[in-house]
Parts: sequence; C-alpha cells; structure tokens
Amino acid sequence: MYVVVAGGGKVGANVARSLLRLGHEVTLIEQRRDRFDRLEDEFEHQVQRGDATELFVLEHAGLARPPDIVLALTGDDEDNMVICQLAKEKYGAPKVIARVNDPRNQAHFDLLGISPTVCATSSIMALVEHEVPEHDLIHLLELRKENLEIVEVQIDRDSPSAGKRVEGLDLPEGARLISVMREGKAEIAVGSTMLEPGDQVLAILEPGKEDELRRVLLRH
Amino acid sequence: MKALVIGCGRVGSSIAVQLQSEGWDVVVVDENEDALSRLGDHWPGAFLVGHGIDTDLLREAGIEEADAVIASTDGDNTNIVIGEVAQKRFDVKCVVVRVLDPARAEFYAARGMRTVCPTQTAIDSLAQIVRAEAPGVRATA
Repeated sequence: MYVVVAGGGKVGANVARSLLRLGHEVTLIEQRRDRFDRLEDEFEHQVQRGDATELFVLEHAGLARPPDIVLALTGDDEDNMVICQLAKEKYGAPKVIARVNDPRNQAHFDLLGISPTVCATSSIMALVEHEVPEHDLIHLLELRKENLEIVEVQIDRDSPSAGKRVEGLDLPEGARLISVMREGKAEIAVGSTMLEPGDQVLAILEPGKEDELRRVLLRH
Repeated sequence: MKALVIGCGRVGSSIAVQLQSEGWDVVVVDENEDALSRLGDHWPGAFLVGHGIDTDLLREAGIEEADAVIASTDGDNTNIVIGEVAQKRFDVKCVVVRVLDPARAEFYAARGMRTVCPTQTAIDSLAQIVRAEAPGVRATA
C-alpha cells in the first residue's frame, strides 16, 4: 500500500514509522526545517520537505499516482481540510483520514465531507463522560453524518422532570426523548409517558444541546 | 447592506474602510486587536477579535444576515475554509476569498469559489508590461 502522510510532528512521524514497520511504502511531508532535518536522519528519502497544501509538493510526493490513502495529520486544521480536498478531488485519492486539532472545527470537516476524522480531545472527552460515574449525561452513540447523538440520563427524585409527562416538558428544539427504562423494562417515550425517579431515559439530540436538555430533565 | 471582512491587514482594512464609506454596514474580524488601528482613528463599524473559522464568532459578527463575506487573512487555507463555511453553511450570497497561491486559487475557483489571486494578477501585469515595452521580443505561446 502507498501512503502519503502530511505533517511530521509526533502524530505524523509515529504513524509513518508504524506504517513502514508494517512494510508499506510511505512518503512523509514536513514543512519545518528543524523538524525535517531530524526526520531525515531517520526516514531518509521517505521524508520530503515542503508545504503539503502546495500542489507541486503533493505532486512531488506522488499524489498523482495516486496513493491508496492520504493522512492529513498536521497541527493545523485548515491545512488538513485543504490537503484532504486536494487529495480526493484533484488527485482522486480513494481514501483520506484527517486529524482534527480543535474539536470546534469538527463541524467544518463534516461540512466539507471529510471523513473519517480523528480528534484526540473529543476521544478523551467521550471517555471522561463514560468513565466518570457522577456525570449525569452519558454519551452512548455519536451519529456524525446525521449530526446527532444519543445520550442516557437518569431521572432522580429531585429532578424537575420527575412526575411530569413528556408532552409537558419544555424540551429544546433539536432534542427528543426516545425511550424510558423502568425496572428493567424499556418503553418508547410518547407524549403521555410519565417520568419517574429512577427512570433511565434515552434521548437523541443535536450536539451542543446537552446543557439545555440537562436543565429540562435534571436541574431545578 | 452588510459585509463581513475577515482579516484586517492591508487588503482587508482598505476594503472595510471603502465599503463603510459607501454606506455598507461593515464588521471586521482579526486575530490581533492591534489591527483595529489600520481602520483609522474613528472606525464606526464593529471590530471583533478572534479566529475567522470560529463559528460562534462568525455568528456574533452577524454572518447570518451578511450580504457579503470577504476572507482576507494572511493564510490561504484559512481563507479557503472561511469561504467554504460562509457559502455552504451560512449560504452567504457573495463570498470572495483571497488566495495567494495561484494553483490553489485555480483549483477552488473551478469548484465554484470566487477567488482573487494577487500573485496571478501581478504575474499577468508584469508579463504584459514586459511584452508591451520590449517590442523586439515575440511571444512564443
């Protein structure tokens, strides 16, 4: 397999090294002189110096072949987006993977159809939400393409939603309750479903509506 | 009419001042608050400090009501992403993006983005002057 790796920082260099160990053909692109000099000692002709958003740099790295996959792993999200667009649309690379540095830019990658993406911050945050037990809103599933996520919430005795019907809740736009689990039995949430303390509720919502949902269901 | 100018360097600040003097409601965004001084002593429009691809900032700047967005930061790729977001997410009618690299400017222009490439303009103008003023030399193309 032929892989082009854009960005020779910690992530890019480690990925390139791992791919080489697996026997793949790799070209690593790094713009910074100081980094390039260090990488050259290890990667020799398999690292090239240049701005991976410049067409002649990409062509020199063999983008026109095209590679089986292009990895945009620089520390700059705009650069990663442009690298992926060029790789896919100009050179016809069949697959790209992009690194997202700032999770707030995830929406831009999605908007431009760049997928899959990897964001260390989001991965860590998702794990924190799963692992920390007192956290009141658990992320179960992220439907990235649909820009929706499914979360689980436990209703307590003092939750403002306890003792109310679903239709009586002032749910934020972009959030719906899916089901209510009570004493081991799940039920689809409809307008007349009454919420009770101890209920485990599944909700589907647009990312960013968590706080509003939390306020309606859990906080006074 | 409302315009957002993102990137307040020589180009961005001049466009902002011109549009404002022509009666436009202009909001300027730059990462560096010192850039405000480029807009003169009494800039009557809005000026926001932040990164041009920050969606919250763009909303605060009023991109949802903007008739035009001009991306003129010093980063080609930043301008390109601002242009994509303004066009595809916020549906702004007039989006103009400065791209210094002629190759990227051409690629994105072919995809339907309105790009302006000062480098290409300089190349064309310089070549034209040389051709016009060196009459002994004939173009081969």
